[in-house]
Amino acid sequence: MHPALSVIFFTTLSGAGYGLLALLGGGIALDLWPRDTTATLAPLAVGLTLASLGLLASTAHLGRPWRAWRAFSQWRSSWLSREGVAAVATYMPAIVLGAGLLDTSGSSTWSPLPRICGALLSVGAAVTVFCTARIYSSLRTIPAWSNSLVAPVYLLFASYSGGLWLWLLSTVAQRGAPGADRLGLAPALLAGMALVAIATALLKLLYWRHIDSAAPRASIESATGLAAFGSVSAFEHPHTEQNYITREMGFVLARRHAARLRAVALLAGFALPLATIATALQWPALATVSAFAALISGSLGVFVERWLFFAQARHVVSLYYGARSV
Amino acid sequence: MTHASLKLHEPVGDEVKTTTCYMCACRCGIKVHLKDGKVRYIQGNPDHPVNRGVICAKGSAGIMQHYSPARLKKPLLRVGERGSGEFREIEWDEALALATKWLTEIRQRNPDELAFFTGRDQSQALTGWWAQQFGTINYAAHGGFCSVNMAAAGMYTFGGSFWEFGEPDWEHTRYLMMFGVAEDHDSNPIKLGLGKLKQRGAKVLAINPVRTGYAAIADEWLGIRPGTDGLFVAALIQELLRNDWIDFDYLVRYTNAHYLVIRDPGAADDGLFARDTDGKPLCRTRDGGTALADAIGIAPAVVGEHRLADGRLAVPAFQLLAERFLANEYTPERAAKECGISAATIQRIAREIADVAFRAEVRLPVRWTDAWGRSHDEMIGRPISLHAMRGISAHSNGFHTCRMLHTLQMLLGAIDTPGSFRYQPPYPKGVPPANRPGKSRKADGTLDAGPLGYIHAPEDLLVDAQGEPRRIDKAFSWQHPLAVHGMLQSVIANAVAADPYRIDTLFLFMANMSWNSAMNTSGTRHLLTQKDAGGDYKIPRIIYVDAYASEMVEFADLVLPDTTYLERHDCISLLDRPISDADGASDAIRHPVVTPDRDVRPFQDVLLDLGTRIGLPGCLREDGSPRYPGGFAQYMVEHERAPGVGLLAGWRGRDGSRSGTGEPNPQQLERYKEHGAFWHAEVPAAGRYYKMANRDYLEWARGLGFVGSTQAQVMDLYSERLQRFRLAAQGHGAAQPPARERERVARYFDPLPFWYAPFEWAQLDLGRYPLAAITQRPMFMYHAWGSQNAWLRQISARNFLYLHPQTAQALDLRDDDWVWLESPHGRIRVPVRCHTGTEPGTVWSWNAIGKRRGAWKLAADAPESQQGFLLNHIITELLPPRADGHRYANADPVTGQAAWFDLRVRIEKAQDAPADTPHRIEVAHA
Amino acid sequence: MTMLPPPSPRKLGLVIDLDTCVGCHACAVACKEWNDGGQFGPLPDEDAYGAEPLGVWFNRIHSFEVKPRRDATGNGPLQELAKTGFAENAPAMTVHFPRSCLHCETPDCVTVCPTGASYKRAEDGIVLVDEDKCIGCKLCSWACPYGAREYSEKRGVMQKCTLCVDRIYNESFAESERQPACVMACPTRARHFGDLGDADSAVAKLVAERGGVALMPELGYAPVNRYLPPRPRRAGCDGTPAVSADESLDRSQLSPLLRWVDKLLSR
Ligand SMILES: Nc1nc2c(c(=O)[nH]1)N[C@H]1C(S)=C(S)[C@@H](COP(=O)(O)OP(=O)(O)OC[C@H]3O[C@@H](n4cnc5c(=O)[nH]c(N)nc54)[C@H](O)[C@@H]3O)O[C@H]1N2
Ligand SMILES: Nc1nc2c(c(=O)[nH]1)N[C@H]1C(S)=C(S)[C@@H](COP(=O)(O)OP(=O)(O)OC[C@H]3O[C@@H](n4cnc5c(=O)[nH]c(N)nc54)[C@H](O)[C@@H]3O)O[C@H]1N2
Ligand code: SF4
Ligand code: SF4
Ligand code: SF4
Ligand code: SF4
Ligand code: SF4
Ligand SMILES: [Mo]
Repeated sequence: MHPALSVIFFTTLSGAGYGLLALLGGGIALDLWPRDTTATLAPLAVGLTLASLGLLASTAHLGRPWRAWRAFSQWRSSWLSREGVAAVATYMPAIVLGAGLLDTSGSSTWSPLPRICGALLSVGAAVTVFCTARIYSSLRTIPAWSNSLVAPVYLLFASYSGGLWLWLLSTVAQRGAPGADRLGLAPALLAGMALVAIATALLKLLYWRHIDSAAPRASIESATGLAAFGSVSAFEHPHTEQNYITREMGFVLARRHAARLRAVALLAGFALPLATIATALQWPALATVSAFAALISGSLGVFVERWLFFAQARHVVSLYYGARSV
Repeated sequence: MTHASLKLHEPVGDEVKTTTCYMCACRCGIKVHLKDGKVRYIQGNPDHPVNRGVICAKGSAGIMQHYSPARLKKPLLRVGERGSGEFREIEWDEALALATKWLTEIRQRNPDELAFFTGRDQSQALTGWWAQQFGTINYAAHGGFCSVNMAAAGMYTFGGSFWEFGEPDWEHTRYLMMFGVAEDHDSNPIKLGLGKLKQRGAKVLAINPVRTGYAAIADEWLGIRPGTDGLFVAALIQELLRNDWIDFDYLVRYTNAHYLVIRDPGAADDGLFARDTDGKPLCRTRDGGTALADAIGIAPAVVGEHRLADGRLAVPAFQLLAERFLANEYTPERAAKECGISAATIQRIAREIADVAFRAEVRLPVRWTDAWGRSHDEMIGRPISLHAMRGISAHSNGFHTCRMLHTLQMLLGAIDTPGSFRYQPPYPKGVPPANRPGKSRKADGTLDAGPLGYIHAPEDLLVDAQGEPRRIDKAFSWQHPLAVHGMLQSVIANAVAADPYRIDTLFLFMANMSWNSAMNTSGTRHLLTQKDAGGDYKIPRIIYVDAYASEMVEFADLVLPDTTYLERHDCISLLDRPISDADGASDAIRHPVVTPDRDVRPFQDVLLDLGTRIGLPGCLREDGSPRYPGGFAQYMVEHERAPGVGLLAGWRGRDGSRSGTGEPNPQQLERYKEHGAFWHAEVPAAGRYYKMANRDYLEWARGLGFVGSTQAQVMDLYSERLQRFRLAAQGHGAAQPPARERERVARYFDPLPFWYAPFEWAQLDLGRYPLAAITQRPMFMYHAWGSQNAWLRQISARNFLYLHPQTAQALDLRDDDWVWLESPHGRIRVPVRCHTGTEPGTVWSWNAIGKRRGAWKLAADAPESQQGFLLNHIITELLPPRADGHRYANADPVTGQAAWFDLRVRIEKAQDAPADTPHRIEVAHA
Repeated sequence: MTMLPPPSPRKLGLVIDLDTCVGCHACAVACKEWNDGGQFGPLPDEDAYGAEPLGVWFNRIHSFEVKPRRDATGNGPLQELAKTGFAENAPAMTVHFPRSCLHCETPDCVTVCPTGASYKRAEDGIVLVDEDKCIGCKLCSWACPYGAREYSEKRGVMQKCTLCVDRIYNESFAESERQPACVMACPTRARHFGDLGDADSAVAKLVAERGGVALMPELGYAPVNRYLPPRPRRAGCDGTPAVSADESLDRSQLSPLLRWVDKLLSR
C-alpha cells in the first residue's frame, strides 16, 4: 500500500493523542492522577491537540474534506464512520473534564463527575484507537492488516506513545521539584511504561513474523479463475504507465529496506526510550531531557513503524499486476 | 438514503447521426450522438452489415481523435529547412494558388514529374481518377507496402483474395486456419466471426510466431518461424496428395487442373496450355482423347502424358503440380527443420483438415444453377476455411506462399463453397480483373486508363524501350511486374537517387512516410533533406495532406490540413476497396456530422478544387466552368465513370429506383443518410456459393454491373500468365526483360507456387543475426494515429521487445532490461520483456507506438518518444547491391510487396538505462 | 445504505467469456466513452498528452500467460487437452482478461464506506457510488479485491463501473440497446449481461453450461459476475471421427500419379 503521509500522521498523532487521553482519563477515573489543574490541563490539552491534528491530517487524505461530516452517518457498518463518531464523542468527556478543572476550589481528590468523565474519556479514547485499528484490520483484501494482531498493536502503540507524552508533560510540570519527584511519574509507573514498551515491541515483532510467514490468502490463479489450466503469470498490463490502483496499492518495498527500517523502528521506537527511562531512573535530574529524548526517538520509531505498516502491506489486487500470491 | 441524482432515463444526447467510422480502414457503421453541438458518444450501428452494432476500441475513441490537440488548424508553408518544423500559417487562397502554380507547370512540362501517392486512404476511386486526369503514371496508394502479395496472389489465382475481397464462411466453417493475422483490415468482421466459430465449436488453428490476440483464443497455436509458411503448407499439400485427400471433381470443374500444358523446353509455348485452332485450351479425357477444357459432360484426366496433334507432349496441369509437391523438397521432415513445427504435427494437421473437408462436408438444401446451366439440388461444401494476412504477405516470398495457400484451398475444394473461404462481391471479376494500368497520354493530357490496374502480359508493363522502369517506384517494371498497388515504399529513395529519373513534386496524402511507413526511417528522414549540387532539395517540392501533426508534416513544403472523418464527405465505393460481405454488396458514405472549428478543408474538396484550377479536363465543363463546384459531395453523386456507373451503387436512376447502375440521382446522398449512410444488396440465396461458376450469382452481379458476362471464371491452379513472363525472360515474345532481369524473372515467375528463403536471409550471416524480428498491430491503435488519442495512449504509451524466456535466459536478460537491437542496417536501444507465447527464434513488438519527440503534440518527455521505439529504423528499403551494383527493393520479386518481416537481428545487453536521447536510436552503420 | 441490503433475487451482472476474448480493449474504451460524457462522468485524464498519462477507467483488460502443468491429475481442462493428442508440448496459453466491478453480493466496498455514498441497490444488486455524498476517503477502493474502484485527484470522488444503470433501464433507448456499453461494443461478443439470480436466464444457463467461475471466492465477497474459462482445446472439429494414422494410405504403394490415372472425374 502506498504509505500516504496523511494517513501515517493521522494514525500516529491521533494514536498518541488518544493514548494520552486514555491514560489521563484512566488515572482520573481511578483517582490515581493528582487533582492538580495544570498537571491535568496540560496533558488534556496536548492530548486533544494531538488527536485533533491527527484527525485534521486524515482529512488531507480526503478528496472532498468539506463533506467530512457525512462520515458520521454509517456507524452501523463502517469502522471509519465509527472511528469518526468515537473520536468526536471522546471530546465530550474531555471538555466536561476540562471545564470542571476550572473550578479550582475543590479538594485534592476527584469528585464522582470528573471521575466518570475520566472513565468515559479513557474508554472513548481506547474505543477510538480500536476503531482506527479496525479500519485497517477489517480489510480482507490486505492480509497484512486483516489479522488479530493489528488491534492490540494499535492499542499498545497508542498507550505507549501517549505514555511518552504523559511522561514528558509530567517532568516538565515538575521541573522544579526535588529529587525523585522530578521523574514526573512514579518509578513504578515508569517501570510500567518500560513494560508496555517491551510488550509493544514484542507484539510488533510477532506481527512482523506473522506477516512474513502467513500463508498467502489468494493467488494469481484464484484471482483469474485459471487455476485449472496451470500456473498463471502476468503478461501485459491494461496500461503501460501507472494508474490509480497501481499507485495506491501497487507500492512494493524492497525486502532489504524493510529489514533495515524495522531495525530503525525497534531501536528508535523502543530501545532508545528504554535507555532514557533507565537513565532517568538513575539520574532523576536528567528526567526532562530523558523524557524529551524518549518522546522524540519513540515518535520517530512509531512513525517508521507506521510507514512500514502501510508500505509492507500488499493488496490482493496486486495479483492482477504481477504478484503471484498475496 | 437514496441516490438523489441518479437519472435512469436520460437520453444520450440531442441528436443522432449515422455515418461511417474512419478510425481504421474497416469502415464500420456508427451512430454519432451529439449533445450541445459536440460529439457525446459514438456507438456501432446495429443495422450495418460490416459491424452489426459492435465497435472497436479505436472506434469508440474516435471522439478523442476528433478533439485531438494534434489536429492541424491552417495551411502551412515551410519557412525553415526541411525537417526543422518551421512553418508560417497561410491562408487557403495562398496555399491553393501556390499548389496550382507548381502543379500547372509540371503538367505542362511532364505530368510524370508529379508523384501523387496516397497512404491509408480509402478514396482511390477519386485520387486515382484525379491522377489519370492529371496524366501522371506515378500514382499509387499504400497497398505496395501493405499486403499486395495477398491481393495479387488471390486476384491472379482465383479472382478474389484474403485481402478484403473475401472471408471465411463464418456460419458454416468448422475449421479455420489463420496464417499471420494479428488484426487485419476486417477488424470487426473477423472478431464477430471468431466469436461465432467459438460459439459453434469450430476449431481455430493459428499459425503465427506469436500467440496473442486471435492466436490466443485459437484451439491450437503453431508457433512457426517467420518466412517459412510456404514449407509448412507445401508439406500439408504433399500429405494430402500422398493420401488422395483431394477434391478432384472440384478441381476439374472450377480450376484449370486438367488443362494440358505443353512440355517442350526451349519452345516459345513451353508451359503454355495446349489450345485448339481457336485458341481454346484443351484437356485430355480419361479415354486418352482430347476435349475442350471447358466443355461439360466430359471425363477429364488429371495425370498422364498426352501427345498433341503436332506430336509434342503435354501433361495436365495437375500432374505438374503433383510432381512439384510430391518432391523431397516438400516433405514434412524438411518443413519441420525450417519452420519449427514437427513432422508429426504437420501430418496430424493434414489429417484433420482432410477429415473436415471430406467427412464433415456441409450440405445446404439450396437449389442453384451452375454457369453451364445445370441445376443442382444442394450446395455441398468443404467446411474448412483459410485466412491469411501480413504474416504471409510481408515477406519477399509472400506472393508464392500466398498462392500456395490458395492451392491448398483449391485441392480441398474449399473456395466459395459452404463452410469455406468465400468471395465478397463484386469479386470475382476475372482472374485477374480486366483493367490494365494506363500507359500513354491522350491529347488532352489525361492518361488512357487509371494508373493502377492488372498486368495481364509482358506487353502491359510500364517499361521503356530498353525494358527499364517508367514509374518512379519501378512498379510494373521487370523488377516487380505485378506490383498492382504501386510501391509507395520506394518512392522517396528512388526520387532522391533520380533512379530512374528526378521528379519535381511529391504530393502525399495521409501517409506517414518519414516515420512508421518508411522501411528505413532514419535513412528516409535523411533522404528527404538531401540537396543537389545547386542547393536544391533532391525532391524539390513536397505537398502533404494530413489532418494531424504527424512526423511527415515536418518534411513538407506545403501542408494542406484535412478535416477529421466526422467533418467531411467520403465515399466507400465499390470501385475502390469495397466493404461488402460474402452475402451482399455494400457501399457507404461519410458526411459531415459536425462542422470544423478550424481553418481546414476536406482533402477531396481541395483535390477537386485544385483540379479545376489546374484545368484538368474531368474537373471542367465544356464551357470551362467548374464541373464540381459543390465539391466531393457533388462528385459522389454526379460523376460517372462509364454511363450509369458512379462512385455509389445505391439509389441510382433519376428517381433512385435503380441499384448498381443507373443515371445519377440528385437525392442520392439523402437516401444514404436516411439509410444509415450505407447501401447493401443481398446476394440471392441461390447465388451465395460457387460464385465463380454460379449462374444465379453471376446474373445478379451482372445486373449490378460487377461482371460483364455470366461465364464461369476459371481458377488458376496453374498460372499460364506467370509462365508467359518466364517465357519472355527466356527470350520469347515481343516484350522481354533486359538482360539483368532475366534470371530473376525466369525464377520467380513460376507457374506453380514454390518456397524460397526470404531475400534478406540469403545474403546474411544468419549466425550473426540469429533472430527474426517482426511487428504486430495492437488492436486498439491504428498505426501512428492512436498515440495522439488521450485514451488509447493510456493503454500503450511505450512498447517493448518481446522474446521467449529461453532466448532471454541465453542472453542473460530480464524484464525491462535495455538491449541493443541490431540488424545489418543499424541498431536501436530497446527495453525487453519475456513472453512465452513467442517462437524462440523470433522477437517482436507492437507496431508504430514509438514516436518522434515532439510529434503528434505529445510532450517532449512522453514515453512514446522516450521509451517507445520503432523497428523501422533498422529495416531497409533496398537489398544489398548485387555484383553489378544494382540494388533491388527489399520486396517480393513478383509484386513489389515490402518485405518488412524478413528482418533479422541480434541482441546485446545494453549496459545502462538509456541516456536522454530522442527515440533511443543510434546512427545506422556506415 | 452502507449496510448491505437483504439479498435480492435479482442479481444483475456480466458474464465474460475468456475463451473468446481477444483482448481488444473495445469494451474498456466504450465504457470510458459512455461514462465520460454521462452522469457518472467525467472520467478524468491526467497528463493526457504528457509523460505520465493516467486516467479513470471502469474496465481494464489484462493479459496473462498460463503454463500448463504437465503433472496435473484429475479431470480438468488440462486433462482434456492431454486427451486431444496435441499436448505434445502444450505451449503456454495467452489469456486476455477484462476486469471491472463484479457487483459482489457481500462486498466490503459498501460496508466500509463511512458516508453511505457507496451502496448496493436492493432491487438488482448493482453497486454504485453516489458522488454527491462521497468524501473521497478511498477506503472502498482498499476494500475491493478486484481493483474495480478508481479515484482521481481531479474530481475527488470515487468512481466505478455502474453496470450502465443509466442504459439498462433507459426508456429513451430502444429495447435492444438497454445493455451495458461494454457488452454492446464487444466485437467477439464475449461479454454477456443479465440476471444471474434467475437460473433460467441466458447468462445463468451459460454459466452452468460452461462452468463459469467466480474470482477469488476465498475472500468471501460473493461476486456476481462470472468468467467462462477457456474451453478445452479441440484437436479436430467437433463431431468428426478423426482418421487414425493407420487409416491413411500405404505410402509405399503405388505412386500417387499412377493411382490417379484411372480416376473417373466429371465436369
Ligand atoms: N515495422 C513495420 N512498419 C510498417 C508495418 C509493419 O507491419 N511493421 N506496416 C506497414 C503498413 S501495412 C502500413 S498500411 C503502413 C501504415 O503507415 P501509414 O500509412 O503511414 O499510417 P499512419 O501512420 O496511420 O499514417 C497515416 C497518416 O494519415 C494521417 N491521417 C489520419 N487521419 C487522417 C485524415 O482524416 N485525413 C488526412 N488527410 N490524414 C489523416 C495521420 O495523421 C498519419 O500521418 O505502415 C507500414 N509500416
Ligand atoms: N487495430 C489496427 N487494425 C489495423 C491496423 C492497425 O494499425 N491497427 N492496420 C491496418 C492495416 S494497414 C493492415 S495492412 C492490416 C494488417 O493486419 P495484419 O495482417 O493482422 O497485420 P500485422 O499486425 O502486421 O500482423 C501480422 C501477423 O503475422 C505474424 N507473422 C509475422 N511473420 C509471420 C510469418 O512468417 N508467418 C506467419 N504465419 N505469421 C507471421 C505476426 O506475428 C502478426 O501476428 O491491419 C489493418 N488493421
Ligand atoms: S474496426 Fe475500424 S472502422 Fe470499425 S469501429 Fe473500429 S476503428 Fe472504426
Ligand atoms: S468488485 Fe469491488 S467494487 Fe465491485 S462490488 Fe465487488 S468489492 Fe465492490
Ligand atoms: S471514497 Fe467515497 S464511496 Fe468510497 S468509501 Fe470513501 S466516501 Fe465511501
Ligand atoms: S457495465 Fe457499463 S460501466 Fe460497467 S464496465 Fe461495462 S460499460 Fe463500463
Ligand atoms: S471487447 Fe470483448 S474481446 Fe475485446 S477485450 Fe473486451 S471482452 Fe475481450
Ligand atoms: Mo497496411
